[in-house]
Amino acid sequence: MYTFGDPTQWLPFVFAGLMGLSILIYVILDGFDLGVGVLFPLANNEEKDAMIASIGPFWDANETWLVLAVGLLLVAFPTAHGEILTALYAPVFIMLIGLILRGVAFEFRVKAPAAYKRLWNNAFFIGSLMTSLSQGFMLGLYVMGLDWTWGNIAFGLLTAVFLTVGYSFIGATWMIHKNSEALQMKAIRWARGGIWGLVLGIGAISLATPFVSERIFDKWFSFPQALLLAPLPVLSAVVIVWLWAMLRRMPFRDDHWNWLPFVAATLLWTMAYGGMAYSFYPYVVPEKITIYEAASAPESLFIILCGTFFVLPAIVGYTLLSYWIFRGKARELTYD
Amino acid sequence: MLDTLLLSRIQFAANISFHILFPTITIALGWVLLYFRVRYNRSGDARWMEAYGFWVKIFALSFAMGVVSGITMSFQFGTNWPGFMEIVGNIAGPLLAYEIMTAFFLEAVFLGIMLFGFSRVPRWLHTGATFLVAFGTTMSTFWIIVLNSWMHTPQGFEMIDGVAHATDWWAIIFNPSMPYRFFHMLLASFLTVSFLIAGVSAFRWLIGGRTKGVRVALRTSLVMAALLIPVQIFVGDMHGLNTKEYQPAKVAAMEGVWETERGAPLLLFAIPDEEARENNYEIGIPGLASFILTHEWDGEVKGLNEFVAEDGTVLHPRVAPVFWSFRVMVGTGVLMLLVSWAAVAMMLRKRADGAGRRGVDGLPKLFLVGLVGMSFSGWLATLAGWYTTEIGRQPWLVQGVMTTKQAVADVPAPMVLSSLILYLAVYALLLGAYIGVIFYLARRASRGQSIEPRVPQSERAQVNAVPAE
Repeated sequence: MYTFGDPTQWLPFVFAGLMGLSILIYVILDGFDLGVGVLFPLANNEEKDAMIASIGPFWDANETWLVLAVGLLLVAFPTAHGEILTALYAPVFIMLIGLILRGVAFEFRVKAPAAYKRLWNNAFFIGSLMTSLSQGFMLGLYVMGLDWTWGNIAFGLLTAVFLTVGYSFIGATWMIHKNSEALQMKAIRWARGGIWGLVLGIGAISLATPFVSERIFDKWFSFPQALLLAPLPVLSAVVIVWLWAMLRRMPFRDDHWNWLPFVAATLLWTMAYGGMAYSFYPYVVPEKITIYEAASAPESLFIILCGTFFVLPAIVGYTLLSYWIFRGKARELTYD
Repeated sequence: MLDTLLLSRIQFAANISFHILFPTITIALGWVLLYFRVRYNRSGDARWMEAYGFWVKIFALSFAMGVVSGITMSFQFGTNWPGFMEIVGNIAGPLLAYEIMTAFFLEAVFLGIMLFGFSRVPRWLHTGATFLVAFGTTMSTFWIIVLNSWMHTPQGFEMIDGVAHATDWWAIIFNPSMPYRFFHMLLASFLTVSFLIAGVSAFRWLIGGRTKGVRVALRTSLVMAALLIPVQIFVGDMHGLNTKEYQPAKVAAMEGVWETERGAPLLLFAIPDEEARENNYEIGIPGLASFILTHEWDGEVKGLNEFVAEDGTVLHPRVAPVFWSFRVMVGTGVLMLLVSWAAVAMMLRKRADGAGRRGVDGLPKLFLVGLVGMSFSGWLATLAGWYTTEIGRQPWLVQGVMTTKQAVADVPAPMVLSSLILYLAVYALLLGAYIGVIFYLARRASRGQSIEPRVPQSERAQVNAVPAE
């Protein structure tokens, strides 16, 4: 075995890692702004503006991580890309319509005549909901192996609801950080409600995945892996209890630690996601195509990797700059 | 009729036609905004900031439309055209990856700062963000045009087991048609923006929004158009010569030449008949097509007959759409040339004799109405040009390497049909809303709500120091 000498071995691994990372960043970042969209109807008009203000400068860059993830799937694993996306034609299509509606609503709701604002507010909510639901459905179908059977569809519908609740939960924690007073109190209540959906969602996927495939079952429940992996579910449970306890006591005096729930939620998602990634490796199409079989030619991957080496740190750098510039409580968004 | 290939082609054509409208605006508008910003930084003259303040809103709107329709396209590679990435993914992949990494993130992050950071960041950072957004859109154009040009004039690769492998990235990126396409597209964007700014500014003037910011935008846009159209005609001509060399079938379809001939006429009008393989009702200028293409009156122009295989397989595109879209593009371009030159002539005369003519800067009212009518003429020319070059490539998806048919997904036709109908409905709604909102913003601005541009505290002192005109 020459893992580090043979580029057909380590390049697919590196790219699977990069793709996994960008999906993770996507579900956390666009997760919170999609969640804010899903919670939209629960707020009054004034609060709606404040909610938009808390995600306005970020959502576009957040969404770009999805483009990068699909782009990496497309460039690094072209055959898997075709296989996955044609199997998911319908939910992808619904997601795209959702992303269109939601993306333009940001602009139209403030620029169109006031009478239309309501219409675009609805478009923003419906678009966010369509996007979250279809992503959840895709997740469920992917976990079950991308076959359109009734059982899988039912599971997909279940994960659709859970992911949407999960997004609204992380969206609520973001708003606890970005907003104050009445709206912050509301966000705390939403997060308290959403946490149950989160527990059920992570639970459902964690339970379902090992029973779909013997291979995944063995990966989790054989010795000594089971022992090494035990910290993951245990730690997740600890974080959930911590979040629950924290949300019951919030807001803290002088609004201290208002960013903690978001960080805890991020931690929780990262662990759940890590568990999934561990389950599916080395497959990119579950149980059908491995990352090594689907990978592009090494010379093409290598040329992308060279660029990534310089560009990715820059992207991370100016993304942090933007979050720093718009730090603190959200202010009214004006172009002036 | 329910044919997956045809439906997928229509869906992709609809998608790309809708998408291209918005980058066509944002590419050049980004640089125009930077120009406004820099002029303001240097002079402290508030009218530049007024122009910036109005057009940055339209930039943001166009950008959002471009982003959402662009994401849709990137997914359609997988949902409708998986064969494309399977066969040429080794080449298309890195080019798309570079676009995402060098352009998308840059635009998306700095757009937030450009739009909402005006009063939060120092002036240099806001100007810098404007620059980086403009630079990002141009980088994005570069990578997309590289890929698109490579599909027209592929080189720098070898086929191994039916899959393209890159051998020379330099040759792939700087493929023979890339420079022409890139500059042709950049100029198309600048011209589209010129006429959009001219049209909307004329509209604002006509309904009473007679601020200095409107005048300065109107003047800038008309001068820009007048200067750039001759350049565009020159670049377009060179592009045509390049196409003649690498894609002669496309040029034959553009010119409507069925049989190879010397001294080919430039057809002003004709109705190509695909069945009989000839034109009906031809009106042409003798020898001119040969002269334009070969610079000799009796030069040889290859006909479409050269692109029919011995077994009768047609390897050239359908003629009528290419022939007509080319004429629409050229016709619109000529009209833009005449209008912008007339405008500049009138503005110069006004400046020379200082006579108190009606209208703005010597431009009569009726002329302003005409400009409003031409607000979206750039879209028309760009779409027509895009159809000429893309339909002209058929039946190839990558010239000489793979056909469009080889790429299409095995998705049931009714599924594609339903997505197509829904896409068309959403696009029609959004396009209507987009145009409506542009003119709504123009009306609102003309009611005086944004005559006084707001300036951040840090920059306020300088503005007040400049005496009013």
